[in-house]
Amino acid sequence: MFEHLRYRDPNLARRIVEKIRETALKKDIVKICHVCGTHEWTITHYGLRSLLPQNVEVIAGPGCPVCVTPASEIDEAVMLALKGIVITCFGDVLRVPGSEKSLLDAKAEGADVRVVYSAVDAVHMAEKEPDKEFAFFAIGFETTAPSTAVEVLRKPPKNLSFLVSHRLIPPAMELLLGIGDLHIDGFIAPGHVSTVIGLKAYEIFPKAYRMPTVVAGFEPLDVLFAVYMILRQLKEGVARLENEYVRAVSWDGNTKAQEMMRQAFDVVDGEWRGLGKLPSSAFKLKGGYAKLDAREKFGVRITRGRDLPPGCQCHLVMIGKIKPTECPLFMKACTPQKPMGACMVSIEGTCRIWAKAHQIK
Amino acid sequence: MCLAIPAKIVKIQDGKAQVDFGEGVLREVDVSLVDAKVGDYVLVHAGYAIQVLSPEEAEETLRLWSEILEAEDSLKTK
Repeated sequence: MFEHLRYRDPNLARRIVEKIRETALKKDIVKICHVCGTHEWTITHYGLRSLLPQNVEVIAGPGCPVCVTPASEIDEAVMLALKGIVITCFGDVLRVPGSEKSLLDAKAEGADVRVVYSAVDAVHMAEKEPDKEFAFFAIGFETTAPSTAVEVLRKPPKNLSFLVSHRLIPPAMELLLGIGDLHIDGFIAPGHVSTVIGLKAYEIFPKAYRMPTVVAGFEPLDVLFAVYMILRQLKEGVARLENEYVRAVSWDGNTKAQEMMRQAFDVVDGEWRGLGKLPSSAFKLKGGYAKLDAREKFGVRITRGRDLPPGCQCHLVMIGKIKPTECPLFMKACTPQKPMGACMVSIEGTCRIWAKAHQIK
Repeated sequence: MCLAIPAKIVKIQDGKAQVDFGEGVLREVDVSLVDAKVGDYVLVHAGYAIQVLSPEEAEETLRLWSEILEAEDSLKTK
């Protein structure tokens, strides 16, 4: 199981790259879009773009959950923190800019903001300090949302509530197809989101949009094979849903996790940073769990925020419209040390990944 | 954040499992989202197992890859 090297066999890589070159349509630009920060990391870290024919582009869609969280929801967390509620959150949420402040700014002002590795850590902290109010800032796509559901359904301590900001991937993929001048030719669907929601969640893309869609894993060979599988469909003139990540993804996905999410959450419209409101793209705690909803419990609801600081092109980077290097702030005013936009903050943000890999041309 | 890492379950008690990520260090993960038993490999994300992996499925990927490469080669030689 841990023989990663079998998934990184250079001989196999050479053979699949050769297939890619043979199969790529010669004339037009072929644009393949992935929607996962971890895929972007694999592609950038291993320099996979340099192995592809010049007319085959792989672009990054809105696959970084921290980056897509709108400023208004960061503002809600900051407001709760400044009210004296202990905010527990994942590490890369700390520096994500809100309209005025990040959670790190709030911490510097004396607020109690704590980094956790897991939702269960928040539960343990709340149990240990029953005199304090805690809120867990629940960010993440369908990979992470089941863990929040587990803790919601498990009857957490009374002094713990949830600021739910989960977002769903398929609606974001639909948004990309509605952007007229993006011209996507195929999707690489995110492997770990898919372990939960299953292959079936993407059926709509080949059926309704005639869009070749391949669920892929995260080894460099996984991504190269997915690229090839899309190119093969384009050459054949068909649109199918295919599974490259057979070792982790099934047609139905994790039905137990899906059922827990159904019990804990309603699907609602959700704001995405710089992209506006996407229909049926977010989770909200079900009415029966209103007491666990930090927004209800503390009367905090912010609907508008400033998503982008002046000059920031995060919204265009997130939909793959521009590369990080095309943003005027990239590695000038906005660096990993002093990020301005959310895409430079998170380790899954496209700008941060490009900056770290020194893919600056 | 959607990173998930395979680990082997060494012990299970009350919905919590001790798992080995291959470093020999045991860590506790929540296994209430999966039906897993001792000896199974699971994908772990943010402290929760989100899927059970089987060694046969791991082999599946390698089989799929060789099928893809060989199918194309056989077409070429025809």
